[in-house]
Amino acid sequence: MLDVRGIHKVYEGRGRTVEAIRELTFSVAGGELVCLVGPSGCGKTTLLKCVAGLLTPTAGEVRLQGQVVSAPPPGMAVVFQEYGRSLFPWMTVRGNLELPLKQKRLARDRRAELVAEALAAVGLHDVDGAYPWQLSGGMQQRVAIARAIAYEPQVLLMDEPFAAVDAQTRAELEDLLRTVWRRFGVTILFVTHDIDEAVYLGQRVLVLSSSPTVIMEDLPIDLPDERDQLTTRSAPRFAELRAHVYGLVQRAKQGGRAGETPAAQAQPAERIPGG
Amino acid sequence: MTAVGRLARRAALALGLPLAIIAVLWVASADSQSFYLPPLRTVLETFADVWLSARLIDDVLPSLLRLAVGYLAAVALGVAIGVPLGASRTVRGVVEPVLEFFRAIPPPVMVPILILIAGIGDIMKVLVIVFGCVWPVLLNTVEGVRAVDPVLDETARCYRIRGLARLRHLVLRGASPQIFTGMRQSLSIGIILMVISEMFASSNGLGFTIIQFQRSFAIPEMWSGIILLGLVGVLLSLAFRAVEGRVLAWYYSLRRSHRGEPTG
Amino acid sequence: MRARSAWAQGVAGLAGLCVLLELVPRSGLVSARYLPPISEILAALADKAGEASFWTALADTMRGWAIGLTVAVVAGVVLGVALGSIGPLRAATGSTIEFLRPIPSVALVPLAVLLFGTDLRSKLLLIVYAAFWQVLIQVLSGVQDVDPVARETARSYGLGAWAQVRHVTWPTTLPYLMTGVRLAATIALVLAITAELVIGSPGLGKEIAVAQSSGAVASMYALVVVTGLIGVAVNLLARVLERRALAWHTSVRGELPA
Repeated sequence: MLDVRGIHKVYEGRGRTVEAIRELTFSVAGGELVCLVGPSGCGKTTLLKCVAGLLTPTAGEVRLQGQVVSAPPPGMAVVFQEYGRSLFPWMTVRGNLELPLKQKRLARDRRAELVAEALAAVGLHDVDGAYPWQLSGGMQQRVAIARAIAYEPQVLLMDEPFAAVDAQTRAELEDLLRTVWRRFGVTILFVTHDIDEAVYLGQRVLVLSSSPTVIMEDLPIDLPDERDQLTTRSAPRFAELRAHVYGLVQRAKQGGRAGETPAAQAQPAERIPGG
Repeated sequence: MTAVGRLARRAALALGLPLAIIAVLWVASADSQSFYLPPLRTVLETFADVWLSARLIDDVLPSLLRLAVGYLAAVALGVAIGVPLGASRTVRGVVEPVLEFFRAIPPPVMVPILILIAGIGDIMKVLVIVFGCVWPVLLNTVEGVRAVDPVLDETARCYRIRGLARLRHLVLRGASPQIFTGMRQSLSIGIILMVISEMFASSNGLGFTIIQFQRSFAIPEMWSGIILLGLVGVLLSLAFRAVEGRVLAWYYSLRRSHRGEPTG
Repeated sequence: MRARSAWAQGVAGLAGLCVLLELVPRSGLVSARYLPPISEILAALADKAGEASFWTALADTMRGWAIGLTVAVVAGVVLGVALGSIGPLRAATGSTIEFLRPIPSVALVPLAVLLFGTDLRSKLLLIVYAAFWQVLIQVLSGVQDVDPVARETARSYGLGAWAQVRHVTWPTTLPYLMTGVRLAATIALVLAITAELVIGSPGLGKEIAVAQSSGAVASMYALVVVTGLIGVAVNLLARVLERRALAWHTSVRGELPA
């Protein structure tokens, strides 16, 4: 579904060049939920924007179902971290959800159907006449997710969407995301700095190094498909995976590159050739 | 305090001082022998005679029509120029000093210039209003367009909202509070220019009539004209606020919610 | 780097304007009777600069502007602080201010003519009336913006009314006041020119009217250019003053819609 090949991104500033991303190559199969995690400033957001077509990489390409992404493609939707600023404040919730659908030239009935379904899927029922700023932070982010769902994308990109909400709301939203994912079968690329969240949510976790970024490890998460906050997070396997990722991230912060499994940890982890 | 009590208190506060001032003026001027300051009573009596007559159609209406045409044209022009200017830093860099100069020209001096070019008819007066009113709208539009939230802009991009839809739903709506600020300033300027252009050279209109009264020393009539001008200013201001309240309802509620006040 | 390129762009823009203003009248697109080429306008300006009457007129305009502005600012500050600080007074006068504010200053022109003729005072009447509101509204907003906690603290430390104004109200109000002064300065110039144009008080406005009626078109435009330059200078001066006065001020303020 999604092919990221050799992404290289350099920022030219006033007299200094910053190599944000050195080389990133990975694939996401249809219907997968993949999490990207790494130390702060490791270019996660830059990568996401390149994948979304909002930024042009200096080298490399992104392909969505074989087509090169040079501008935001129709099959992709993005959920941003700043939910408050990504919803149009002069439109109601319904208006916000309908706008991208109007752009797609869908008929009114179909739009109404999609909006209703999306709002129900995220657990919001009576808010379609409300304005975004009348809702709580968690509800606003649900609206943003609903907007993405109603758009019927093939790939959903999420840029640290739950970083700005409180812990309890975050737990609810994580579960909501998995429910929505299973229900609609959409491919999700989820960027986060929260290691626990990455392991809890993902089928795979890609651990990024610090800038200039490469992939340290592509880790499959072999936790059961049915996950919930209480049992999954207290499972021993969760702790192992979490510790492994944590170790990698710590090493990344100190400038480590390719992931090497120390002898003490007994987990087989897949390594992508080329780091 | 009961709801009625609260309402009564608010009404008392709002109307108290104005009514008191009118009462004092009425009494203080009642016996006035001064030529220049006739009794308030006389002025108010003259008011109906003078203005609630054919003059309403012959003078007041043309003035207001010219104001309306000039103002709306200025708003359209200001927004039309302001949007592309706000979007491109290069264009702004080139054009800004020129705009700053033109905007600093006190609008009334355009009256003699436009008389030269367009005579003393309606077109001149409308053009004067347009020239004076376009600047606040233009400059505020540029500010508003520049200040569109980048996150919102990226959202629009990723949902492929482009072209006319982007202009309508993102740019204009987002800049609308700022644009309305400019429009409010323009309204005050427009009223002033409407009157000046008529006082300077005209054959009809509100400003023209008032100056005629003054020149022929019809003092109570002159005062009634001043009061009418004041009323026009106030009424237009109220009308503007009503429109602004509707169009920017979302914005006011948003600001109230940010300040932690109830938004209703 | 960016500042320099912005400079270059601006200069290019102005140069382009000059070229346009030279070629368009010469080419006949717009009759040179209505819009002389800019070279002629600048020549007329040079001529004017040699005439004493021009400088007298300029002085007249600036005198009216300066006096009117000063009176308006002082009155605006005094009334603004007084009204704004005393709650009940503010509430009682609110509606009156909202009612008087939109009354166009030009409504006073006939009155000014009757009372003062073409004297300086008629000009001042208009200028003060118009500029005063700008200052008053801004100062009222500034006083309203004062942090109630700061006020309470000052009171609990036993600061008298005057000391409170000096140490609490004034610093908060200052940015608003600066904005008000800037707006008032522009309005004062507009009204000064208006008074001269319409009433015939001595000044640049009157010179412009005379030039227009006597057909001295290039001179008229030259004078208009002068008023534009004065406008730019006033604006720049106000902004410089604002920045200097607030250089040490860390408060965040926004311009109130006028």
